[in-house]
Amino acid sequence: MAANPEPDVPANHNENRRTFLKQSSLLTALALVPAPVVSAAEAKLDERVAESIEKVPLSLKVNGKKYKLSVEPRTTLLDLLRENLHLNGTKKGCDYGQCGACTVHVEGQRVNSCLSFAVMHDGQEITTIEGLADGDKLHPMQEAFVKHDGFQCGYCTPGQIMSAVACVREGHAGSADEIREYMSGNICRCGAYSNIVAAIQDVKQGGQKV
Amino acid sequence: MKTPEKHIGKPMNRVDGRQKVTGAATYSAEYELPGLVYAVLVGSTIAKGRLTGIDTKAAAGAPGVLAVVTHLNAPQTPGSKPTGKDPSQPQTTGSALRIFTDDQIRFNDQPIAVVVADTLERARYAARLVKGQYAPEKHQTNLEAGKAQAFLPTSAKKNPKSPMNDYQRGQADAYKTGAIKLEQEYVIPTEVHHPMELQAITAHWEAPDRLTLYDKTQGTMATRRDFAKEWGLPEENVKVIATFVGGAFGNALHSWPHESAAIIAAKVANRPVKLMLTREQMFTMVGYRPHTWQKVRMSATADGKITAITHESIGQTSTYEEFTESTLAQTRMMYQSPNLTTRYRLAALNVGSPIWMRGPGEATGAFALESAMDEMAYLLKLDPLEFRLRNYTEQDPETGKPWSSKFLKECYRLGAERVGWNQRQLAPGAVRDGDWLVGYGMGVGTFGAHRGSSKASARLLPNGTVLLQSAVTDIGPGTGTAMTQIAADTLGLAPAKIRFEWGNSDFAQAPTQGGSAIVNTVGPAVQEVCLALKDKLRELAGAGNAAFASAKKEDVIFADDHLTLSGNDTARASYADLVKQAGGTAVTVQSKPNGENGQKYSMYSFSVHFAQVRVHVLTGEVRVSKLVSCADAGTIINEKTAGNQMKGGAVGGIGMALMEHAIIDDRFGRYVTKDLADYHVPVHADAPDIQVAFVNQPDPYVNALGTKGIGEIATIGVAPAIANAVFNATGKRVRELPITPDKLV
Repeated sequence: MAANPEPDVPANHNENRRTFLKQSSLLTALALVPAPVVSAAEAKLDERVAESIEKVPLSLKVNGKKYKLSVEPRTTLLDLLRENLHLNGTKKGCDYGQCGACTVHVEGQRVNSCLSFAVMHDGQEITTIEGLADGDKLHPMQEAFVKHDGFQCGYCTPGQIMSAVACVREGHAGSADEIREYMSGNICRCGAYSNIVAAIQDVKQGGQKV
Repeated sequence: MKTPEKHIGKPMNRVDGRQKVTGAATYSAEYELPGLVYAVLVGSTIAKGRLTGIDTKAAAGAPGVLAVVTHLNAPQTPGSKPTGKDPSQPQTTGSALRIFTDDQIRFNDQPIAVVVADTLERARYAARLVKGQYAPEKHQTNLEAGKAQAFLPTSAKKNPKSPMNDYQRGQADAYKTGAIKLEQEYVIPTEVHHPMELQAITAHWEAPDRLTLYDKTQGTMATRRDFAKEWGLPEENVKVIATFVGGAFGNALHSWPHESAAIIAAKVANRPVKLMLTREQMFTMVGYRPHTWQKVRMSATADGKITAITHESIGQTSTYEEFTESTLAQTRMMYQSPNLTTRYRLAALNVGSPIWMRGPGEATGAFALESAMDEMAYLLKLDPLEFRLRNYTEQDPETGKPWSSKFLKECYRLGAERVGWNQRQLAPGAVRDGDWLVGYGMGVGTFGAHRGSSKASARLLPNGTVLLQSAVTDIGPGTGTAMTQIAADTLGLAPAKIRFEWGNSDFAQAPTQGGSAIVNTVGPAVQEVCLALKDKLRELAGAGNAAFASAKKEDVIFADDHLTLSGNDTARASYADLVKQAGGTAVTVQSKPNGENGQKYSMYSFSVHFAQVRVHVLTGEVRVSKLVSCADAGTIINEKTAGNQMKGGAVGGIGMALMEHAIIDDRFGRYVTKDLADYHVPVHADAPDIQVAFVNQPDPYVNALGTKGIGEIATIGVAPAIANAVFNATGKRVRELPITPDKLV
């Protein structure tokens, strides 16, 4: 995979920023006007404000595939993946960055995609669970999760696996205790923790490229 | 001829493992339907009172909004009309809270509106514009205050045989006259299931009278029944699909308001609707383990024989539903006490209804009973294991019946050995390792080995593979995998040639996944349907070849996609030919429903958990350094998935013991814990490498497979094991969970 993705960044970067500032000052002004005015205006004006917030062009490379998109600035990377790109492997477990179910790789780093607006990733390369295997050949971490039964219901699993791959790459899989510490952002309510740690240790000790 | 390879008992990888590790497993909010739109709920901001008005204008005019539904404009369905029945009907099934039917507020965050829009962001935004106006009334959300009005459940009042009634054997409250006496109160707070998958439903009206639900439920058929009833539809017009369920732990044993809301929203918007709760809403409207107060009074002889136990419990429920659970069941049958009294009561508060949470009431009750056992052993200066052995029951003291099987002593031996119980000091606070105090504790668990009614269907396909179907769900234990192993052994076919499909209410009848009963119940149905399939194949082969017709049943060999006859080299019928003979598409059989058998025995699974904890002397931090869980759960179908389930239950017990606590601010009747930063559940760093041991002895009576069930006993008894270990480490007895550092410093 190309280390340096082709920059499909839109030319109107500054234009977007200006628009945003303009809208921000409009919202600030609204917040400063006396309450009765706001309440009188509430029913219509805020809708117009909302409508006036344009969608923003966004270029992403997800699992090696390029996307040219137009998204609302408030759309999170997680919702973009699930609701717009239909990549449902990335899970929503809390929407507050507390559970790790939404972990993906952004430019090779593990990121809670629910805590990140999609528009913050213009021109960046995202890898989700759907992009981890090499065609039909599972990634060693996926193989290890199956072998060690590193899951039960499977819902936190994509996040655990994405995090586990990053954990090994970061050099934080030196011991069971180190793995437990560096995997603690990924909650498994079924409690398959022992098996997940065993899977990660297996991959780490197997010395395969992750 | 070689004996076909056996698969039962083997640590086979999960049949759906590949889907789960590649992101291909589809959960209920992940079905792509044409025209799909999004629904977001608006909750009340008071705990009790009346909605005097609801302003939906701004929301209705917001961009992308397709509908805003409240009690003022919701379509009224046959099932949403008040039935006038008492709140114990329906007890814990059905959407007892009829939403959008009246202006009454029964708990804080009760849905008062649902907003439908074309995108999730727009629905979420518009939902914030809906404003309710209220006439609040004085609410009560405090259990301590609610205890004064505690009552016997209506189900018990109506049915003298209900186990919720007061129980008495021997002399009433005989603890008063015992030699060594103990009297203590124990409290568990409200705990929330919090499966990683948020509650989610996709509702699709495929026709005005045909509804398909992709729903997070533990029972496709129960959900179908509930919503068919709510809409006055024949059951066959409602289809419920729950192929993958992202954990539930009891949370999806009930039909909830958000499901009704999504179905109403889909009807009004005339589009398929997806609704996923927020983590905050998971606290308020989809059940929890109820805040429960218990009192145990126990007496024993100086040589360690229990003479009497009185165990009382008051658990919270809602004002519109009476939720009951078997908090006192273990006390009645675990130890040989000649005198025993139990009293179960409820306190109705202005909260959403509770629902069984893993290990349910038994886990709550075991915290009190097993803590009290440890306290009594301490008073007697006896090893807690020895104390339990002196009061071991060889038959059920509640019913007088023999156990169908009980290998709890074997579990004690296995667990004590593995945890290093002989290192335990009788005196608390005696072992110190640097800044850490080290202690050991044990807790026992038991749960009824239930077998319900189930069918299964089997189809032999022309390519020699077998397709089995069942309406059962697989919320994580590996049901599909276990059923495949059972079918493989019964058919003498490789697991790769068997496909078990589940999670669809149109498939063969199966119960709701819960109560550790699925392998006990669906396992035998799968076994029976496979035997029926073999009978059918023998019959077909006999019709085509006289040698098969005259052969003895045991001489027919099923192997390598063919039927052959032992001692007859020429008789041979391929599965493919038999399928052709049967009409071309498949050989299909359906088993008859089977059910509970044997009133002659008391049937239970048993477990014991041994914990070693380290408690920091300065900070009071508790680390579970070792956890050994041993189970007598009958035959183990899959060592790997069963072991995983035991470990998971133990992790749940760590949460119960040390961190889980949903807190309501009683001034507002609203939870202040509203996400996973406020409500802590165990993470990787909280879980040691848990050791599991199974006795793996078949039970002769529960079913032909010999299984007894694992899911609940994996959790029951873990919390007291940890609490008892904390006492052994520190000398401090914590009787109100969770054991947070402030209680130890």
